[in-house]
Amino acid sequence: MSITRDDIIDFIYAEARMLDEGRYSEWLDLWLEDGHYWMPLDYKQADPHLVTSLLYEDNFMLRLRVERLNGERTFSQKPKSRCHHVIQRPFVDEFDVEAGHFVTNTSMHYVETRLDEQFLLALTATHELKLVDGRLRIANKRVDLLNSDAAFGNIQLLP
Amino acid sequence: MGKYSDNPAAVAALVQPHQVHKDTYIDAEIYQLEMRHLFSNTWVFVGHDSQTPTKGDYFTTQVGDQPVIMVRHSDNEIHVLYNRCPHKGTKIAIDRSGNTGKFFRCPYHAWSFKTNGCLLAIPLKKGYAQTEFNDSESAKGMQPVGAVHNHRGFVFARLAVEGISFEAFFGDSLSSLDNMVDRSPEGRLEVAGPPLRYMHQCNWKMLVDNQTDTCHPMVAHESSAGTAVKLFDAANWPEDKPKPVAMEIIAPFMSPYEFFEDMGIRTWPNGHGHTGVHHSIHSDYSAIPGYHDAMNETYGAEKAAEILGENRHNTVYFPNIMIKGPIQQLRNFIPMGPDKTLVESYIYRLVGAPDQLLARTAMYNRMINAPTSIVGHDDLEMYERAQEGLHSQGSDWINIQRLYEGEEDMSVEAVENGTTERQMRNQFDAWSRFMTMSMPNSEAAE
Repeated sequence: MSITRDDIIDFIYAEARMLDEGRYSEWLDLWLEDGHYWMPLDYKQADPHLVTSLLYEDNFMLRLRVERLNGERTFSQKPKSRCHHVIQRPFVDEFDVEAGHFVTNTSMHYVETRLDEQFLLALTATHELKLVDGRLRIANKRVDLLNSDAAFGNIQLLP
Repeated sequence: MGKYSDNPAAVAALVQPHQVHKDTYIDAEIYQLEMRHLFSNTWVFVGHDSQTPTKGDYFTTQVGDQPVIMVRHSDNEIHVLYNRCPHKGTKIAIDRSGNTGKFFRCPYHAWSFKTNGCLLAIPLKKGYAQTEFNDSESAKGMQPVGAVHNHRGFVFARLAVEGISFEAFFGDSLSSLDNMVDRSPEGRLEVAGPPLRYMHQCNWKMLVDNQTDTCHPMVAHESSAGTAVKLFDAANWPEDKPKPVAMEIIAPFMSPYEFFEDMGIRTWPNGHGHTGVHHSIHSDYSAIPGYHDAMNETYGAEKAAEILGENRHNTVYFPNIMIKGPIQQLRNFIPMGPDKTLVESYIYRLVGAPDQLLARTAMYNRMINAPTSIVGHDDLEMYERAQEGLHSQGSDWINIQRLYEGEEDMSVEAVENGTTERQMRNQFDAWSRFMTMSMPNSEAAE
């Protein structure tokens, strides 16, 4: 299969749509087993291990997060939250077809709502994608919130 | 002026041995009185001295609702100053931290101050020559808080000039802080990065109460910890594959009531107390290579085993912090209004210990205390529902009667069944005393 830049960009749009539509199992299947979803706490944070992050989750934690959203006794999701990503056309920063390795940089506005509350986050997502068995997968994803150092209430879904 | 100002008897009447009035959590006047009295008369956490390691380093925060600057002066002493220019009131420092060099300079009229607060210079000083400026309050410079104490790196302030001493206020409760520091092979901690900041639409006491509430984890956290256990059990995890590290942290939240009953609660006078006297949810963490050896080398095997044998769960330092010794963490519950609290969760590096230990600490913090944490979501949902519910006319009282046997003496240390609400009663005993002690007619509260 020959991969084009448009394929990479479409992938990023499709992922955001899956999250907005709550198609979480499909979304989990986009991930490679050893990938991490990282949301730093500090502006330009370099290290996910020895300082605190907002999120640094492996596959088990992401599955747990998704499983919990549908749980019978998930009281903070009664009623459920909804989210909405508005994304700018991704930059394809690395495009190595030979190695099947791609890196994108995408600006987004993320809105999450529950009951009468709604909040907006501005963020930059960096995706590291790999081509495995002819299919694009997420190897790692990093989400830098513009105001990562602000005090938030609950952020319950996935920016 | 409302029904509680200058009325210590009315304030004291809000606290009964087995129940407290909802006004303690929702009334705006009570909140103002807490800021003026409770947070002035007690010793309140400011920061850790590793946040200001070199001369001129400063850190801005709040003691109650008072903006303060913690700063390291040229003689290496830590000072805590009100963050207010003595001229027109302008806040001097706006960054959360930084280095100010040899002096602070107000951005409005360039009045400058030494890092111990003393007035250094005023432009066009001759304009004050014919006045009695030198006798004014402004001439003294930036006002220091009433008293400051640095206990093994942890800096506390008492706003009131006169009052209870640091030692008398904390007494034997300092054993929890000491244990956390002793866990470093060099007997020293360092802050590791900025704190998580998490805004809660509820009263600050909701959070403090929850630190020793051992009857909620298996209920409120069923959705997070319970789901984790279920997911792991269903995964038929292969023997040769390393277990998810997260499981070690999150699974103990689902321990049964008996586990929490047996672990015990200890209370100390003045509102301090801790869960996990005999064991805790932190007891069964796996050993980190090299750490025990480093501890044995410093302390000798016996003393090292004693230090690491303490697995205190949550220690509340009244009024508004909680520490977790075994995971090197401190949470500061900063009041922002009767219905609003900022939670800052700090982690510390054990100086001289392997990085792997700090990595576990950082993982704990993001998994449990972040605004993005599924465990945090469980708790915040409950606090906010409680805060809303307390505004109802359904009842005026909050029950804190669990394992109350009547006639408790809060002036002594006690160890009890881990599901008692004695520590909450202990906090309110202290609340009532420190709220009323500096009110006019305070003997009326006796």
